[in-house]
Amino acid sequence: MRKVSFEIAPGECVVLAGRNGSGKTTLLRIAAQIVKPTAGKLSFPGAVAQPSENGRPGYVAHTTMVYDELTAEENLVLFGKLQNVEQPAKRAEELLREVGLYERRDSLVRTFSRGMRQRIAIARALIHRPSVLLFDEPATGLDPLGISWLANSLREVNRSGCTVVMSLHGESEISALATRALRLDAGAVVADTKTGASLRAILTFGGA
Amino acid sequence: MSLLPNTATLLGKELRTEFRSRELLTTTGVFILIVLVLFSFAINPGTEEARQFAPGLLWLAILFAASLMFQSCFLREQANDTLSSLRLAVSDPFAIFLAKLGANTLFLLLTELLMLPFFAIFYNISLGAKLPVLVLVLFTGSLGIAIAGTAISAISAQARMRELLLPLLLLPLLTPVLVVSSLVTASLLDRDSIVLWKGIGFLAVFDLIFLTALWLFGEYLLEE
Repeated sequence: MRKVSFEIAPGECVVLAGRNGSGKTTLLRIAAQIVKPTAGKLSFPGAVAQPSENGRPGYVAHTTMVYDELTAEENLVLFGKLQNVEQPAKRAEELLREVGLYERRDSLVRTFSRGMRQRIAIARALIHRPSVLLFDEPATGLDPLGISWLANSLREVNRSGCTVVMSLHGESEISALATRALRLDAGAVVADTKTGASLRAILTFGGA
Repeated sequence: MSLLPNTATLLGKELRTEFRSRELLTTTGVFILIVLVLFSFAINPGTEEARQFAPGLLWLAILFAASLMFQSCFLREQANDTLSSLRLAVSDPFAIFLAKLGANTLFLLLTELLMLPFFAIFYNISLGAKLPVLVLVLFTGSLGIAIAGTAISAISAQARMRELLLPLLLLPLLTPVLVVSSLVTASLLDRDSIVLWKGIGFLAVFDLIFLTALWLFGEYLLEE
């Protein structure tokens, strides 16, 4: 990454657009604190909304980041416990109902379809009630119904005050949620807009 | 301090996934058994020669079985990028190592204890009163193997030639543990049966030094 410097206000829904290899995933992984930047600074002022939270963002990647050999409920309880969530079993049940997997809570994740895997991945990222949700290409592999569900879920998450930052390719039902778009090219931010027409132009031009 | 609760939670996850698949226990158990059976045909059981070679063979079988275990230790976290989600979730990355280390040591010891009766039968060795000290030697030796193996597994899982890298880094590192473990076991199983406490002490110190190094530098091994 180079020449990347921007601030995101709480509650914003920001889309990172750009061609393959432009640095969207790297930027998200740095923001998620999975990858340490070799230079520069990343800070989350005011990200810790409640004392029970650890202040870390929720991160949904291309992969599910959950264990195939554990059930949906076991996965959520595991990550809840690791992040000191109060009553992790109750929180897991709440999220399983929200993402529509409560009936399949005792099924191993490896038996899940792509759409169901995406749902459990989102539930895992939200288990500790993060103030910031980072989402790497959320629509990948989802059918139109799955995309609709995801768009509604993200809208709800964003409405609840959670800042959403996601990487996207092109326009979709999900990109309609964006209040701001950043376009990346060769590891640098080349455009940053909040206005309707420019925002649309960034999203369409940012595709691979 | 969330190190211990996080370690306990992760250890529970390691045990649950392993007892559900029985992948590691089956592989390592079968491997050790095959090695012991094959060598029992090559060396006439009950002879002085068998008594001399048996401890070395036992530790050789343990080493190779452990290598199989370490190969998949961190590699299985890569399939769904679960190592990233663990690093995001835990406040101290040492908890990830401690849980993996605990699970590896436990699986290794469990396999060894299951194999001991076969070892005694195939090599005509009476374990009897020597058993408590032998278990202590197996524990300190296996812990040393597991500490070094878990650390190297974390390094090799992110490398391109991981299958080659693991034994290449692990075997030289474990030479002192294997030599001392074999010597202590041999003297214990000898007719005179002497307990080399200095050897056991060496193994304990090795474990302590490597565990401290893992605690200090482990975080860097998990970085992308």
